[in-house]
Amino acid sequence: MKAEERVFKDEFSALQLDVLKEVGNIGAGNAAASLSTLLNKPINMSVPSIQVIEFDKVMDLAGGADNETVSISLRIEGDAPGSMFFMLSPQQADDFITELFKEESGSTELRQSALQELGNIIAGSYLSSLADFTQLDLMPTVPVVVSDMAGAILSAGLIKLSQYYDRAIVIETLLEDKQVDGKMNGHFFLFPDPEFYKVLFRSVGVFNE
Amino acid sequence: MNIVTAPEVLKTSGLGSCVGVVLYDAGRAKAGMVHIMLPNFNYSKNAGDNPAKYADSGIELLYHRLIKAGGCPQRFTAKIAGGAQMFQFSTDMMRIGPRNVEAVKSKLLQLNIPLEAADVGGKCGRTIEFDPSSCLLNVRTVHKGERII
Repeated sequence: MKAEERVFKDEFSALQLDVLKEVGNIGAGNAAASLSTLLNKPINMSVPSIQVIEFDKVMDLAGGADNETVSISLRIEGDAPGSMFFMLSPQQADDFITELFKEESGSTELRQSALQELGNIIAGSYLSSLADFTQLDLMPTVPVVVSDMAGAILSAGLIKLSQYYDRAIVIETLLEDKQVDGKMNGHFFLFPDPEFYKVLFRSVGVFNE
Repeated sequence: MNIVTAPEVLKTSGLGSCVGVVLYDAGRAKAGMVHIMLPNFNYSKNAGDNPAKYADSGIELLYHRLIKAGGCPQRFTAKIAGGAQMFQFSTDMMRIGPRNVEAVKSKLLQLNIPLEAADVGGKCGRTIEFDPSSCLLNVRTVHKGERII
């Protein structure tokens, strides 16, 4: 049996779960700091949750498979491949842009490019801190902003994984703007590919044997 | 995978690169749906994997389940939706939508099941609902409204 299958089947040791949580912590923590600088206001971060769940349950985390969301999506290539998504509701995405420009103005293209830039900043800070932590070579693709059904978007990140399992490991973190209660909530989803774990655990010196 | 008899309906939400395949027997108002994620079972890296995820094995499975539920295979007809390409990443795996559609079509051909209607490709997510009494498939998208095929 391949190593990654064994890791998945036996779930993870407490130490390995901590490592995965730390991945979410470090990544989203840095992203929150960048966002906070950009908006010039405090942005809070929830404690990351690690869940091993069925694909349709993954969609539930994003409000249901046909829930419309604005997603900043990218693939991570390199040593530890995976997919990453930062999801906002359409209203939250709109609020974010208005906040950034301090007014409702801006052409559709300008607003779209502001979201793209948000994606670059958030995804970039998440991944660069993860690369520092693990000393791994992580190469993100340019983030793509898509507004569509959550299921249609997230399933793109599960294709590789679905060759192995019907369940996914989700590293989920929530960013919150505390000043406007519940108004600027963004969800990070990191879906590691099966080969991610072996590489990650080795890089931080945690072995399962 | 799910099999129903009218007035029950079949529904699946948020299809992206996945393809929703409906097989139905109009005469007996029976229909089944399978949610295809990948083209071929030989993509599987896990011996105990669920065959329903793959176009070739999933449709095969649905075909036999529908016969077992009382459907008559000579009358089977198919409608499909999905297979979008949500992202333009260069990665090979990201062209999976069009490849799923191809695999579904070739499996239907192999089983001699006519493909009555299809709403596939493009770049948008779809939520679909099939009513075995009317044999109509309702396809809903976020930006392009609804379409009934």
